Amino acid sequence: MKKFLVLLLAALTAVILAACGGSDSEEKAETSSEATSAIDAIKERGTLRVAVFSDKPPFGYVDANGENQGYDVVLAKRLAKDLLGDESKVEYVLTEAQARVDLLKSDKVDVVLANFTVTPERQEQVDFANPYMKVAIGVVSPNSASIESVDQLKGKKLIVTKGTTAETYFMKNHPEIELVKYDQNTESFEALKDRRGDAMAQDNALLFGWANENPDFSVALSSLGDLDYIAPAVKKGNTELLEWLNTELEALGQEQFFHKAYDETLKPSFGENISADDVVVEGKAE
Amino acid sequence: MLNSGISVLFEGVNLERLLLGLLVTLRVALIAVVISIVMGILIGIIRTSKSKLVQILFKLYLELFRIIPILVWLFVIYYVIPANFDLNLSAEVVALIVFSLWGAAEMSDIVRGAIISLPKHQTESSKALGLSVSQMYRYVLIPQATKRCIPPMINLITRMIKTTALLTMIGVVEVIKVGQQIIEVNNLEHPTISFWIYGFVFFLYFVICFPLSRFSRKLERKWAT
Repeated sequence: MKKFLVLLLAALTAVILAACGGSDSEEKAETSSEATSAIDAIKERGTLRVAVFSDKPPFGYVDANGENQGYDVVLAKRLAKDLLGDESKVEYVLTEAQARVDLLKSDKVDVVLANFTVTPERQEQVDFANPYMKVAIGVVSPNSASIESVDQLKGKKLIVTKGTTAETYFMKNHPEIELVKYDQNTESFEALKDRRGDAMAQDNALLFGWANENPDFSVALSSLGDLDYIAPAVKKGNTELLEWLNTELEALGQEQFFHKAYDETLKPSFGENISADDVVVEGKAE
Repeated sequence: MLNSGISVLFEGVNLERLLLGLLVTLRVALIAVVISIVMGILIGIIRTSKSKLVQILFKLYLELFRIIPILVWLFVIYYVIPANFDLNLSAEVVALIVFSLWGAAEMSDIVRGAIISLPKHQTESSKALGLSVSQMYRYVLIPQATKRCIPPMINLITRMIKTTALLTMIGVVEVIKVGQQIIEVNNLEHPTISFWIYGFVFFLYFVICFPLSRFSRKLERKWAT
């Protein structure tokens, strides 16, 4: 029995060692072929594989006819058109927020266009191209007692959702403002409607959409704190595709492509009162 | 208010999309079930062997699939293996592999249990009659073991169908994911939409699993006598 276990362990070790050795040589082969051309590989395949959301309107969603739609999808189509000559040559890989990094690492997609916010932790794992959107903290308040600056919040109650950047920002930078915290966005919005606070802070893109559905409220203070950027991401080390994306994004910026995409996709849900300049970045960090 | 949500089901191709999602669910589940039954019966018979080596190896296999959650297996084969080895499988193939291996492991335990639960004199009598090992299995053991296998087997099949819900996590667009897509697009206009869509998905699962469970109970009752 003991002898058998020893044999089994030995066999397992041998298999694992062999597997590791194998993967090393394969990795080398893979990187060298990537170095020759990541873009040629896409052209050869004939489709650009893009990870998009399927349930986050208006950024990436599937409409009633089963078609992918949204701000991210408009960009995906344009990239395919400029790279492969046809905007239908996109293979949409529908993704979840937590799968975006893994999809790139395991080479399942070429580009992630899924409302992907640039953060230092993510930058260690994937390469981000130039941004095409920005988000900041916004404050929504009733039109009857509109809040236009942080000073106006002193001595008032501000609603936030737990775990959001808005909560952290106000705790750190404005500890004098009294916060009312809720677990879910839905609860926070209900609390604001019931006037259990004087205003509510959250990512501005989210507030724009909500304020548009609730005409008694508006995002009078639309941008606070550091801006976060949203950018396409590629596999770490895929410099060829990254450089192509950057040149492409800058060229699209020249023709104000993202303002047009905003009008087409985001404006209907954000409403007339929001300026595209609060949300859109024309392919180059400002 | 409540009836505003149901109209969304019939908008565009929504209904068709849900049914196509169900088809994906069923395709993965049924192919995996067939593979599991075939492999499970073979492995189950092998596991009745007296050899310690065989017993330990297959026990190890069964326990690996019992102890490690199916979700972890899906993630490992879908994300970890391609990142480290040059082996890229589509989500549905990964799903089939994991579900077949899991199903076969569980099925083998059912088959093994059924065979060793047969009274010892069945084997001894067959040998006394001069039947070869394959004849003994073919004519004596398997027909009797089958009776004891069917109810737990059907139970396993319904479990496999329900567990396909995990496939959304590796990007397979099956019925639940399609439901979520429809809900997210419509929930500002129709606040009750999630009730209707999830209700419909519940109904679809029910329509598939309930007859199976009734069938199993009927067989059990029939063979009990």
